[in-house]
Formats: sequence, C-alpha cells, structure tokens
Amino acid sequence: MAEKEKKEKLLEIKHLKKYFKVAHKDVLKAVDDISFDIYKGETFGLVGESGCGKSTTGRTIIRLYEPTSGDVVFAGEAIGGKLSHRAKRDLTSKMQMIFQDPYASLNPRMMVKDIIAEGLNIHHLAKSPKERLQRVFDLLETVGLNREHANRYPHEFSGGQRQRIGIARALAVDPEFIIADEPISALDVSIQAQVVNLLQKLQEEQGLTYLFIAHDLSMVKHISDRVGVMYLGNMVELASSDEVYDHPLHPYTQALLSAIPVADPKVERTRERVILQGEVPSPINPPSGCRFRTRCPFAMDICAKVRPKWHEVEKGHWVACHLHDEGVSKDAASQPAEANNKIAAKK
Amino acid sequence: MEKLLEIQNLNVQFDIFGAHVQAVRGVDLELNIGETLAIVGESGSGKSVTSKAIMGLNPMPPGKVTGGKILYNGQDLAHASDKQMQKIRGKEISMIFQDPMTALNPTMKIGKQIMEGLIKHQNLNKHDARARAIELLSLVGIPNPDKRVEEYPHQFSGGMRQRVVIAIALACNPKILIADEPTTALDVTIQAQILDLMRDIQKKTGTAIILITHDLGVVANLANRVAVMYGGKIVETGTLDEIFYHSKHPYTWGLLSSMPRLHAKTDKLLAIPGTPPDLSDPPKGCPFAPRCPYAMKVCQDHMPDYTKVTDTQKTACWLLDSRAPKVEPPKTVVVGGN
Repeated sequence: MAEKEKKEKLLEIKHLKKYFKVAHKDVLKAVDDISFDIYKGETFGLVGESGCGKSTTGRTIIRLYEPTSGDVVFAGEAIGGKLSHRAKRDLTSKMQMIFQDPYASLNPRMMVKDIIAEGLNIHHLAKSPKERLQRVFDLLETVGLNREHANRYPHEFSGGQRQRIGIARALAVDPEFIIADEPISALDVSIQAQVVNLLQKLQEEQGLTYLFIAHDLSMVKHISDRVGVMYLGNMVELASSDEVYDHPLHPYTQALLSAIPVADPKVERTRERVILQGEVPSPINPPSGCRFRTRCPFAMDICAKVRPKWHEVEKGHWVACHLHDEGVSKDAASQPAEANNKIAAKK
Repeated sequence: MEKLLEIQNLNVQFDIFGAHVQAVRGVDLELNIGETLAIVGESGSGKSVTSKAIMGLNPMPPGKVTGGKILYNGQDLAHASDKQMQKIRGKEISMIFQDPMTALNPTMKIGKQIMEGLIKHQNLNKHDARARAIELLSLVGIPNPDKRVEEYPHQFSGGMRQRVVIAIALACNPKILIADEPTTALDVTIQAQILDLMRDIQKKTGTAIILITHDLGVVANLANRVAVMYGGKIVETGTLDEIFYHSKHPYTWGLLSSMPRLHAKTDKLLAIPGTPPDLSDPPKGCPFAPRCPYAMKVCQDHMPDYTKVTDTQKTACWLLDSRAPKVEPPKTVVVGGN
C-alpha cells in the first residue's frame, strides 16, 4: 500500500459528464458527474450493469465521444476541453483501446499486418517498410501469435486470436495507457484466462496502465488494483479491489456482489443473498436524489431529496451514500443489519 | 430415481461448405424426474446441438442425426416425424432460449403468445386460455398480469421478457424444460432474480430441467447433476459435488481453474493453452489431448472408455487406466473442497 501512495497520477477525471440528446428534448445522462484518478502502472477496474455508463466513460476519456463538461488530465496535460484534430491524433499515440467484440473491431478486408501497422503509419513510427514489417512481427510474437499470421485476414482466426490481434494493434504505438472495454466477455472461459494472463504479462513487461471495463466482477477483482462501481451514470463506490470485495459499503455494491453465482456448490448452498427487486430505471429520467434509492433496501427520506456526496470514508475508500455521510456514521453501522433482518423476515 | 429421458449414442452431423462437421459424437445421457442436469462446455462443444436434437430443432438439412436414439416415453425423438414432434414440443418438452429479445414475436401481444400453446395442446377455449395466461404471468412474477397480458414485447425490459419466455415454456406443464443459456444475456442482478425464479418453479411444478451453460457459477447455483462436454463428446458426468470437488478429468480441472474465484486470491489463472478441436476433422483419440498437460501417447490415437468412478460419476480419460501414472489435480481445483 505504501508503495502505491508514492505513485503518480497518470489520469485525473474531474466531474466528467456526458449527455446524449435523444428524441424531442430528452437528454440521456449516460455519465453524470464522476471523478476519479488512475495511477501510473495500475489496473483500474470499472464495473456495473449494462447502461451504467462504464463504456461511455472509457470512450469519453479517449475522446471517441466529446465530453459534455468536466476535466480530464492525462500526464499533466488537460485533454478534456476542445481539442484540435491534431491534438486528438497525438493523444492516440499515448492512449489506446481494446474493444469488446473481436469480430467487429477488425476490418475484414485488411491483412493482419496492415491492421497492426495502421497506428505506425499514422504516427510515422516506422522509417522504412522493412522496419514496419519487423515491428509487426515483434508485436505478433509479443501477443503469442507468430509471424506467419501477418499475411492473413481476420476471418482466418478464432475469437481469442482476434483479440490478440486487437491487443497487438493497441500496443503498436507504445502507449502508456490502454482502455480495455469488456475485452474478454465475447470469449470462452478457457480463452478468457489466456487473454487476461497476456494482459497481465504485458503490464509487467511494459509498465502499462489499464482501465479495465467489465461486468464480470470476479474477473475484475482478479485483474484490478482498484475498482470503481458505477450505477446509472454515477460512481457509487471506489476502493482497492480487496476492500471493495471484502468490505463493500454501498448497498448497490453489496447487492451486486451477492448476486454473482460462485462456482463453488458449498458456498452457493450456504450463501445469503440480497436480491434486488426491480430493474435499472431509465437514465433519461433518473430518480431524484440518490439514483439507487428505488431499488435500495435501506432507502431513507433524505435519499429522494439530496444527491449523496462523493467523499472519502477511509483512506482510499470513496463512497456516495447517505448511510455513510459524516455524522450518521454511527447509525450506518447498525442500519444495514436492521434492514438485513427486514429482508430475511420478508423471505 | 426414475429415468425420464435417455439419450443413447447420439451422433449429429452438419454438412456445410463441403465439410462434415461432427458436432455431436456419441453422446449418452439420461435425465431423471425432477432433477436439474447441467451440460457445460465451451462454444462448439456440442451442448446446444444435443439439446436441440431433443426438441428436433436442429435445421435438417444441413444437419442430420447419423446415429443413436433419444428415448422419451418409449418413443425415439431422434427419428420422429415433424407431426409427432409437434405433439411433444411445448407440451411434454419445452425450451427457454438465450436471447429474450429475439425469442418473442414482436408483433404479437404477450397474452396471445402464451395462449397459442394452451389452445393447441390443451384444447382450452380463448377465455380459459387467457385466464391461464394471466395465472402464468403472476407465477413468473410479473406485476399487474391482467394488464400486461395485453402488451407487446417491446414494452417489457430484458429480465421481464425472459420471465415471459419462461411463462410460455411452462404453459402446458411440460415434463422437461430445456434452458439454453437462460441468463447469459442478462445483467447479474437480473440473473439472480431469474435463477431464483427457476428454482422456485421447479419446486412448485417438479419439472426436470436441462440447463445448458458455460457459466460454472450458474451451474453451482442451480444444478444437481453435471455433464461436461468437449469436442462433441461428454468427457465427464457426475453429481454437482463430484464434478466440482472430485473431478477426475483434466478438462474439468482446466475449466475450474481458469476462472477467478471471488472468495479467494488468485495470482495467476491457469489458462488452458490452445483452442478447441475442429470438428470437421475430429481427432482420432481424445479430443482434449492436444491441450492436455498430462497427455500420453495413447491419448492421441484412442478415445478412452468411460471409467465408473462412483455409482454416479463417469469419466472418459486414460489417466484412470490402471497402467497410467498417478496424477494429482492442480491445487487450484482442490481448494474448493473440504
């Protein structure tokens, strides 16, 4: 932990918002005022259910979307405001993305070597065609493919291999920071482990920083140093990965963790679950105050009126929940137990 | 235990692009009354094709059953005519599909979609069928069923649509419910609701469930018995605890240890190297041999027979042969036991 504190911030996100205009005058608040930092060399996991804004956050950071407001500071440089075309291009030499669907994210009409070298061309990183090809060979070997694969087309590869090509493409420009948006959810279990191990190996070797976006909480726990939990456009909890899983503070995090089926029959038989009622409300017209209150077993009067403050409860453990507001902290400890009893009584 | 369904040496082949893809290669399986049998495996292992063969839902051509029987009530479903199958589908055996967005007809009211089977199989009149549809909707936990029965699928969310699909499947009190990845398309909190619902319904109706999934968490949550498929074959079957704690097959070990555990610290995942076999040219020996860390010479050329480990557990692996060296499963698998 002490080692972590010394680490410098690579990315600071301050009050980031991304709204989409939808039909009529409606506004979809996909990401609504979230703030967090990512330290150099760490893996930051971002989890939440579909529609919580985790992918939008990633895409806004790398400027696939224009942020509505807020600041993004990358390596000391503000990149959240208006950027020229050129500045955006320069940004992609330091920041790259790996996409979810390895079938849709590779151009089927381009050869693997051209897919991987596209970044090299754009940023003029290879001086000669020979050097370019050599770099492609090196990259293929780095991701566990071989040089014979360079002259093939994407359809000749399996899902896991395609994801390796996607990773090689991201690595081509020697980025510092990689956003991996659900990089393994389209893959089979045994192949998922291969890709995750590869990502970890690359991080050790090249000192990469990852933003790992996923809905699979057990995989996120495995790969991440710190984890942020999102719900309906807000960040509700952020802490080191062990802390989030061992001492979740926010009722949503607690429910999310208890909802995951564990691959261990004995645990499954004895486990008590908090099963959330209902479904995620629409982000076009989200609930007032705390957005989770409509499904929260502990909702109080204040939750409907005031949006809970995003604050640090313990060192490195942030939460936005009225149960953990300063002042009510004593009640907060007893309240969940009470509500748990209520749930038990209902059953 | 009483057998409800018995699959004997089933072979299914697909003739596509000039190749003969042998998707299912000699599967033996039985389903007992009231149990939940999980079939686990990766994509292309033949688990969906096996379940669709029971329902007669594999497209023929290009698919064809090249051998074996599926016995239900003395009838062979593998070679039944379309007309015979129509009497069974939806009435005796019904199915829940993976994607609730596409499993429902978008142009028909929910109520009408549930009533369809009731009118066809149970000779109910419209009025009674509608009453039963409302009853079913409340059974699967949809609020205001008498209002929602008049709504269209697009007015329902993903989780609610899956509940409707389950209501349709349950309409005629089937003996067997086949659930093909029933929660894969859903979010975790919704998944927990649907798993709860399925368990609840089984308690109330006593329907036997065949659960097709790749998610071992869902298996641990719902199943009584597990069959592990790989390369078109069942490599191991056993009770839930036998498969999770006393598995004898290296592929099952691989599956169990390639998933991170939520409740334990894992440093490095034990990935299974390589990729699944190409079933248009299936390997002569054990399909897992090329990826198996314990593979021996014999594995390449000869498919192992099933070894009876206990009364309920069968494993197809040469390691169980008396001449094979003794091998301990990796530590990551043993951790869960005890």
